[in-house]
Amino acid sequence: MTAATTPHRYRVQAREVETADTATLTLVPLDQAVDTPRPGQFMMLTAFGFGEVPISVSGGDGDGTLVHTVRAVGPVTRALHAATPDTIVGVRGPYGTDWDVERPDARDLVFVAGGIGLAPLRPAIWAAIRSKHRGRIVVLVGARTPDDLLFSRDLGTWERRPDVALGVTVDQARSGWRGNVGLVTSLIKRATFDGARTTAFVCGPEVMMRVVARALIDHGLSESDVRLSLERNMRCGAGLCGHCQLGPLLTCRDGPVVGLDEAALLMATKEL
Amino acid sequence: MTPLTTLMLGKHPWVSGIPSGQIALIGDHSREVRFHAGQVIFAEGEHADRFWLIWEGQIALVLDIPGRGTVVLETLSAGDCLGWSWLFPPYHWQFGAIAVSDSRAMEIDGTAVRSACDADPALCAAIYRRVSATTVERLQATRMRLLDLYGAPADHHRSDEP
Repeated sequence: MTAATTPHRYRVQAREVETADTATLTLVPLDQAVDTPRPGQFMMLTAFGFGEVPISVSGGDGDGTLVHTVRAVGPVTRALHAATPDTIVGVRGPYGTDWDVERPDARDLVFVAGGIGLAPLRPAIWAAIRSKHRGRIVVLVGARTPDDLLFSRDLGTWERRPDVALGVTVDQARSGWRGNVGLVTSLIKRATFDGARTTAFVCGPEVMMRVVARALIDHGLSESDVRLSLERNMRCGAGLCGHCQLGPLLTCRDGPVVGLDEAALLMATKEL
Repeated sequence: MTPLTTLMLGKHPWVSGIPSGQIALIGDHSREVRFHAGQVIFAEGEHADRFWLIWEGQIALVLDIPGRGTVVLETLSAGDCLGWSWLFPPYHWQFGAIAVSDSRAMEIDGTAVRSACDADPALCAAIYRRVSATTVERLQATRMRLLDLYGAPADHHRSDEP
């Protein structure tokens, strides 16, 4: 990885509110653009005066604009989340491994997202759709409540597309919700795909990924066909500082996207 | 019971593994039913004397909460079993059930199955094993939901502190 360690200046072109604590920012370069990221990779975003955080790519058309979805959970992400159009932010990257979504060809593709985990999967889902993928495309989304569902426009579009099978569930419904209520694993049980010929892409809280991975294995997938996006304390982004070490992996360089065959043991190890 | 009913029953995942003779016993007390979207299947507190194996559609377990209206606790769909309260005293539904979409199910007379279980320990074991498996699966899923997994991530996994 040779991405520069000095941030480039980007301007917030648009800010779209997704939920009460999450917004999607479209960023355009003020001078030099960074390399085009691939779905699954992340950028280090700087909120000047606050600090720098790793944020996954959640969209973009390869035209130099970057799309990032930020959930306000700490000082830096709160500053980024609050960034209004014309705010200047810092960007360096792209870093890490990607979903490699084009490679599985005619296999069935199953995307399982929990909460903010839909953000890193969104560009991979669109990449699969745009590639006119020949296998099934199954998108399964779990969220805390209906109000916490991200990308409502995308969900509506995917629901209407004949080439996508979409399942959405929430942990807690409000009055009037007519969709599914239950754990995201309940959607796996109901979905139609050929487990032996499926590649799965999973992103969400680590515990959710563990139970989803088990459900996928029960559905006939092998560990090497389940890809997960791991979140650790990424700082340098270039595999130099060691903050994001997970056993033998430096997740900023060897991840965030890793195979379950590589991650299963590490995820099951306490305090790793 | 018709041979078709028993044949259909035997293909439902919930009864998978039950010997055909015992499926026929359950089939003696089964019939195919349809629910239209919005139809109340049972209400909280009513006498529970049957259960359903869902073939098609979506059914919501609901609870009326003052000030919040009717809240969906969980949705069930094809392959799922609806209703356990017929098996345990006091045989009252703890929640309500409403068809979310047009649905088709096999309705089974729980009282008759309980009687059949009293006379057939093997059938009794098969039924309890399946109800237990369903209970455990939903208990585990409920526990996971209680964890509020999609809440704010643990701080040590993020570099959001300067």
